[in-house]
Amino acid sequence: MNARRNAATAVLLAASAALISAGAAAGQHVQVLAKAIRICLECIGIG
Amino acid sequence: MDNKKRTLIQAAAALLQNAHISGFFTGRIYDGSLKTVCVPGLNCYSCPGALGACPVGSLQNAVSAWKFRFPAYVLGLLLFFGAALGRVICGFLCPFGFLQDLLYRVPSPAKLRTFRGDDKLRYVKYAVLLAMVLVLPFVFRGTPFFCKYVCPSGTLSGIWLAAADSRLRGLLGWIFTWKALVLIAILTASVVICRPFCRYLCPLGAFYALFSRVSAVRLRVAGDRCVGCGQCAGVCPMAVNPVTSCNSPECIRCGKCVGSCPHGAISFTFFSKPVSVSPLAGKTNHTKNAE
Repeated sequence: MNARRNAATAVLLAASAALISAGAAAGQHVQVLAKAIRICLECIGIG
Repeated sequence: MDNKKRTLIQAAAALLQNAHISGFFTGRIYDGSLKTVCVPGLNCYSCPGALGACPVGSLQNAVSAWKFRFPAYVLGLLLFFGAALGRVICGFLCPFGFLQDLLYRVPSPAKLRTFRGDDKLRYVKYAVLLAMVLVLPFVFRGTPFFCKYVCPSGTLSGIWLAAADSRLRGLLGWIFTWKALVLIAILTASVVICRPFCRYLCPLGAFYALFSRVSAVRLRVAGDRCVGCGQCAGVCPMAVNPVTSCNSPECIRCGKCVGSCPHGAISFTFFSKPVSVSPLAGKTNHTKNAE
């Protein structure tokens, strides 16, 4: 049981690394930055 | 886990995620490149001190743009946090969780560990994740529903920014009033119930809860050491019984059960290897453990 769970964890971590790499290669981190460096009016209750 | 140690870790994590101290005085948010990365806990990116991006806000934003591209980057980060740490993030790294923990220490005539309907209400956070973070922002593109109508972390940021900037104060309307009421309700409930926002509303907690059984950091109860005294269940702030469900999705991995067990039966594990046991226990032997 533990071995299976650990294998699942490893697969999920590998999948996350692949997704982060693919997203970063597509420039999605820049979109995150672009949103995060401006005051989010919806978040603070204005928008 | 020693409660004081955990409090120190929580304070350090909150400070680290909000280390743009000058923002609290100037009302200007940090706009450096660190904000390309999401922080693991609920921390609004419009908080004057925030150094990283909010994972929930970023996810809603990415879902809104899903028509053009699959939100791989943000989902990948969330998957990484979930698979590596799971709800350890709730227990140790989330600034809003820390705030609720502090409020729960305020003396009050009653402290509710659980109540009738508590278990059903806990499913609401999954509905919030599905509806307000994923479905509605996808259908009505451009509107981050959770941030706009619920997120108490954003409201706190708004209060701080509005206090520093009179132009923002002039723009506050009914949405802010609604969000302020939600915030007041959550903070007031936090004095009586341990972490009401985490229990019932937090979409990030709901997401990380999906990884409770498979995250690298888990809890383990050694069947050969447990005598069924019930001390662990008695101290659990989330009203979970670690003996029957040590990797419950509701467990925020605060480690109180680990610290309370007089027999060292409960331990944190990393990829199934024990990393801590109760300080009350003597020498430990983890030969017959079950997760």
